[in-house]
This record gives sequence, C-alpha cells and structure tokens, in this order.
Amino acid sequence: MKADPTIDKGRRDLIKGASALACGMLLLAVRNADATPASMQGAIRNIFGTAEIGRGRVTLDIPSLVENGNTVPMTVSVESPMTATDYVKSIHVFNEKNPQPNVIGIHLGPRAGKASVATRIRLADSQKVVAIAQTSDGSVWSGQVDVIVTLAACVEGL
Amino acid sequence: MSGALINVPARAKRGQVIEIKTLISHVMEPGFRPSSIGVLLPRDIITEFVCTYDGDEIFRADLYPAISANPFITFHTVATHSGTLTFTWTGDNGFAVTEHASITVE
Repeated sequence: MKADPTIDKGRRDLIKGASALACGMLLLAVRNADATPASMQGAIRNIFGTAEIGRGRVTLDIPSLVENGNTVPMTVSVESPMTATDYVKSIHVFNEKNPQPNVIGIHLGPRAGKASVATRIRLADSQKVVAIAQTSDGSVWSGQVDVIVTLAACVEGL
Repeated sequence: MSGALINVPARAKRGQVIEIKTLISHVMEPGFRPSSIGVLLPRDIITEFVCTYDGDEIFRADLYPAISANPFITFHTVATHSGTLTFTWTGDNGFAVTEHASITVE
C-alpha cells in the first residue's frame, strides 16, 4: 500500500506532539534556543545600539581551560582613572553558546574607585565570552576570551 | 537567616579604594534544565543586586541565568565617610534580601 502523504503528515505531527513531552525533545528545544554568535550580536546591539565598539581597555580574566562549567570564576576590569569626569558607566558580559546571550550587566559610577568586578558564571559549552564597557564620554570598549569547557552547565538534566 | 555573607573592611582611610565581597545562598535555577521526570524546571533566579552607601547607589548588577548558584560578587568603592552599606538582592518568586554592613573611615 502506498503511503498517503496527508496521513503520513498527521502521524508525524502526532509523534512530534507525543515526544515533545519527552526529555530528549526538551533538550533539543533547548539546543535550538542556544545563543548563537548572531544572537549575541543582537543582545549587544540591544544594549549599546549602533555605538562603535573599540577593541581594548577591557580585560576579561577567565581560566582558558575550565573543568566545571557550573562555576567559572570570572574577573572583568576596565582601564579607567575613575574620576568624577572620566569613569566607567557600565560593563556587560555576553556569551555565544549558553541558552541566553547575556551573562551580567554591571552599573558603576565614579565612586567605584576601581572598575573591577569578580563573580562566578555558568558556561554551557566551549565558547567565546565578550565583555563590553561604556565610559562616561559614551565610548564603548570590548575585550574577549575563548574558553574550553569540559563539563557543561545549564542544559544538563538532573 | 538570610544566607548572605558580606565582607567589608571595618576600617579604612579616607579616599582608600576598598574591596567588597558578597555571597548569597540561592539555587539560581536557570529555567533551561529538565527535571528527573523530563519536565522543564521553572526559572528561579536573583535578577538584581544593588549596593548603596548611606543611601547613594554605588553598585548595581543585573543578573541572568548564566550566573552560578549562590551568586558571589566582588566589587570596589571609595571609602568616603563612616557610614552604612546596604546590600539588596531581588529575584523571581518575590525573593528579596537586605543586609547591612558599617564602615569606619578615618
């Protein structure tokens, strides 16, 4: 018997619906929602608009080989005198391959004294992490590192 | 008990840049993980952390699911005068914790 294409489609939809409940499908859905370099660019443009992003002044300190992606120590610092007229306004950190491109958004003022912040982040895969800082004069600077992750975070089941 | 740990130097010289370390107990469930029965666990994270120095905001951070469980944040400020530092964490499901630390500036 020749397969009817409409029945075949109906059956496919049914199978799709049923398996959507299964963990595997969920994982696939999560994978599809992963932040890609394009979505990272989108997230960067959402925050900084069309501002020109210069290279340098921002140092992102992350171990280049990470064993556990669930807790990755990260320090981001920006070269700035941090005076009342010349200071770092904000620092945003982005990633390429986590389910979401944003990592953290930091808002500083001249009273920070030193534009250096440390925290611990999750990384779902080996990827590029980018930190972008905006100074009080409106200029935007960036720094980036490539990180190799052996145990991924975020999408692992329990 | 709020589960927050704060490290602020008790004394500092006027104008000195001091380091402040904060740690709070929180699962930071990212909302992308399936549970053991295959159902996606809903997101439960801290979304904002603010530090004020006698009422003036000196540091603010927007947190995303990419921040590890038990968020640890280290930042700096200039010790301008003796006063109270207030730390506030807010997040999903009405999570809100406020802690205080005092500093003496000579």
